[in-house]
Amino acid sequence: MSGYTPHTPADVAAMLAAIGVDSIDALFAQVPARLRAGARIALPPGLTEPELCQRMAALAARNATPGEPVAFLGAGAYPHVVPALVDQILRRAEFATAYTPYQPEVSQGTLQAMFEFQTFVAMLLGLDVANASMYDGASAAAEAVLMARRVLPGRRVVWIARALHPHYRATIATYVRSLGDVELREIPIASDGRSDLAAVAGRIGADALCVVLGCPNVFGVIDDVAGGAACARAAGALTITVTTEPLALALLRSPGALGADIAVAEGQSFGLPVSYGGPGVGLFATAERHVRSMPGRIVGETVDAHGRRGYVLTLATREQHIRRERATSNICTNQGLCALAVTAYLSLLGRTGLRELAAVNYRTAHAVAARLEAAGVARRWSAPFFNEFVIRAPEAAARWEAIAAESGVIPGFPLGRWYPELSDTLLVCATEVHEPAHIDRLVGALAGAAPRMRAAER
Amino acid sequence: MLLDEPLIFERGSPGRTGWRPPPAPEGAVEELPEALGREDGLAGFPEVSELEVLRHFLRLSQWNYSAATTFYPLGSCTMKYNPVVNEEVARLPGFAHLHPLVPEALAQGALELLAALEEALAAISGLDAVCLQPAAGAQGELLGMQIIRAHHLAQGDPRRRVLIPASAHGTNPASAALCGYEVVEVPVSGRGLLEAATVAALVDESVAALMVTNPNTLGLFEEEIEAVAAAVHARGGLVYMDGANMNALLGIAKPGDMGVDVMQFNLHKTFSTPHGGGGPGAGPIAVRATLAEYLPVPRLVRRDGRLLWSEDAPRSVGRIRSFYGNFGILVRAFAYIARLGGPGLEEVTRLAVLNANYLRARLAAAYHLAYDTPSLHECVFSDRRLQEHGVHTLDVAKRLLDYGFYAPTIYFPLVVKGALMIEPTETETKETLDEFAAALCAIAEEARTDPALVRGAPHRTRLARLDETRAARHPVLRWRPAAR
Amino acid sequence: MEIPEDLRYTTEHEWLRIEGSEGVVGITDFAQEALGDVVFVELPAVGTPLARGQAFGVVESNKSVSDLYAPLGGRVVAVNAVLREEPELVNRDPYGAGWMIRIALAAGESPDSLLDAAAYRAHVETERAK
Repeated sequence: MSGYTPHTPADVAAMLAAIGVDSIDALFAQVPARLRAGARIALPPGLTEPELCQRMAALAARNATPGEPVAFLGAGAYPHVVPALVDQILRRAEFATAYTPYQPEVSQGTLQAMFEFQTFVAMLLGLDVANASMYDGASAAAEAVLMARRVLPGRRVVWIARALHPHYRATIATYVRSLGDVELREIPIASDGRSDLAAVAGRIGADALCVVLGCPNVFGVIDDVAGGAACARAAGALTITVTTEPLALALLRSPGALGADIAVAEGQSFGLPVSYGGPGVGLFATAERHVRSMPGRIVGETVDAHGRRGYVLTLATREQHIRRERATSNICTNQGLCALAVTAYLSLLGRTGLRELAAVNYRTAHAVAARLEAAGVARRWSAPFFNEFVIRAPEAAARWEAIAAESGVIPGFPLGRWYPELSDTLLVCATEVHEPAHIDRLVGALAGAAPRMRAAER
Repeated sequence: MLLDEPLIFERGSPGRTGWRPPPAPEGAVEELPEALGREDGLAGFPEVSELEVLRHFLRLSQWNYSAATTFYPLGSCTMKYNPVVNEEVARLPGFAHLHPLVPEALAQGALELLAALEEALAAISGLDAVCLQPAAGAQGELLGMQIIRAHHLAQGDPRRRVLIPASAHGTNPASAALCGYEVVEVPVSGRGLLEAATVAALVDESVAALMVTNPNTLGLFEEEIEAVAAAVHARGGLVYMDGANMNALLGIAKPGDMGVDVMQFNLHKTFSTPHGGGGPGAGPIAVRATLAEYLPVPRLVRRDGRLLWSEDAPRSVGRIRSFYGNFGILVRAFAYIARLGGPGLEEVTRLAVLNANYLRARLAAAYHLAYDTPSLHECVFSDRRLQEHGVHTLDVAKRLLDYGFYAPTIYFPLVVKGALMIEPTETETKETLDEFAAALCAIAEEARTDPALVRGAPHRTRLARLDETRAARHPVLRWRPAAR
Repeated sequence: MEIPEDLRYTTEHEWLRIEGSEGVVGITDFAQEALGDVVFVELPAVGTPLARGQAFGVVESNKSVSDLYAPLGGRVVAVNAVLREEPELVNRDPYGAGWMIRIALAAGESPDSLLDAAAYRAHVETERAK
């Protein structure tokens, strides 16, 4: 019927004969009749392939597309150019339709790619070892807190920056709530847009499990991670950094160099389209001494019976299929194909391309900020940033949806949705996808709002 | 011919790159303070051309067996055909390049798709409310257990224990433990099934839930499921169902009718999204109406003819990830369901079960069948008949690779010693099943006449058996640049 | 399969050698064979108090993991740190170089309650038959 099942009536007859039953129905004899009676699936009949494509195209057409309108949105999902080559590699069915490499002899493609991925992640985050990926940055952050709990049993307070992306904070809260022995406390936002470590340093004590900071933080601000790590270390606690825009780390000091014990990131920027928020890929790295507490799949190097180099899943006894209730996590899959995209992307750009791309992002965002400043729309804070920054724009924030509809530009994200104290601001992200004409449109839409605002203030 | 290929880090030449970005806007900008700058200039990152990258990954791809290139009968993984049209539609710019934070007015197509998918999964499960957020089955399971916990807390009695059959997948007890529960193992009968009397004897007011898989990991339909669920409900407990084996239930029995209160789906199994070498998948959950208030935020709601995200859910367990879910995977699953329609989905199960039973009939003479009980979509054998020749399940799996097949799941479920769990799925032809059965029968014969051949397999793959002990004892988990 | 006569045993396949007021503990030949290649051994810190039957560590092989249980109560006075680098000693020499911990036995703890070699052999035969 659908084209995916190949059985002809002759096939079915031959198979039933081999089994020794009269009908397919007989194969369900053990299912109670009452259950069978209610089991019809009330969905419309199927479609042909062209009908399906039409239906999907119609749905897709009702969504925004790049440039229609131009979106200066980041806030956890970053628009970057996805090179054609990356998608070509993801389309290889040999990668896309394999599963977890339980039989390593015939899964070396997946395994070597994962080993390369682990290497990239460890290098980028400036730490010793990385796993073969987690579901996304937010769940990676939650798993980092769970890992800290294993490394330092008995400590119970988790200090989390208010300036950490709220989806990440909420995910951590959900994961730890069901454990019952962990307490979350907030590091407030300082007047300069960084985390206010001074306000809490005196209280980060012997009961502290870990300090969790954005690197950069949700406002795009480069936070004082080294300072936070020093506080944590003084209290014997671990430092966990969270990076939503990992391209920043091609330009900025690495979490490892800043003192992170565990560093996590969202890898979507590296070769994955924003795709309405998923799938992404969680990057997770830590110091060598903690490797046995690290969750997730891990690939290791070894040799075969003839001494040839190869790769296998290793340290598996931490995992659910063996430890069951004492596992380090319940994670089963990683994000295989997404991790492959990251690996292909980082290979393609390499040392030069990645550094250049980071520089272009930095310059573009700073040029946008400067033009907005010149047009009377100032930044909320003057702290250093990478490709995201916060502007004061009360009228635009209040009319955000209308501006998107009227001006052909989405001028950033109204932070008031996440931070009531910042309801007069927008979080603006600018990357290499934003062209001069787009920036003109942004400035026009926001500067148009500013004079009206100044007039109202007089 | 399979070509060799080093690590990408072992290729290239200083200064080479495969891609350069578009230029930045002109004009000076404030310099980044040096103390904040990268410390190592990305030393160690590859410097290779675009062709080198293409060639590298194409060579690697050739080293994989995959479901697209060969029969891949992993039990409980449902390695069915992943329709390529789904890859096309998921890449439409209106889906792939849609930022999650655009105003909802500019995402109505995406939201309609998600709403339709929620409705379809509700219809398929016979339950009332659906959440599409979980990134994988294991995450859906964790969420389901958190919802159960929230329910009991709201009743004023948190309860401490969860009942789990001995045959369950390892994620089940792991998820329960992550919610702070104590796991109590439920023995299965001689027929491999849960018995209501056994469950009733174990259930008391300290039991929060029973986690069940139906059909179970042995591929057997839990015939007493309604009575089992009733026994749990009688003492105020809830029933969680691991929906990994939904490929055997479409049009046959609905979890909601069985007494299930919460379940997760694995879209990368029954609903055809690709396995990706280990993800990304998606693990949406469905719950009974009484539990809907605990579902994560944000929720999809319809107001004045528009779809919106709502955070208004005071009893929600919160978020388990960023944004809304693995949207790209949800698009593919939606396309599959739309393509097949109700009748197409019902046909999936009928033919999946036909295929599994056909294989079972073709293999029962050569291999020991773990349980006599009728199989649904997968069957479990063991190596019992081969042990006298010193050949074990692992050896059979490795020898199958020489025949060009991926091995079935081995050593799971744990209740069967030397388990070989085979799930063919409905998209395989009779001829493929015949070839596979012939290979397994040939291996059984080889075990008798030339056991060393089987024990030394694989012989025809690019690499022979790998030293997993060495990998675990002396872990090398990354490449390192040579010391300067 | 080796079962030295001068040792005591538990049903969980640990062995105990009494040396004055201390006991040395490891896992038996049967256990190491059943586990397969040992890849990692997790041992407690020196000074840890242990009750009889309490889990004191974990032994991991490629495919499985097992808890280790103290045969008698007392305080850990030494652990075999060499196992960190050479876990294979557990396979190669389970009763000698593969020893795991040394306990200063608590007052009143007696090895008489443990299995002797003959009783342990019988126990192993029963396990094998399963």
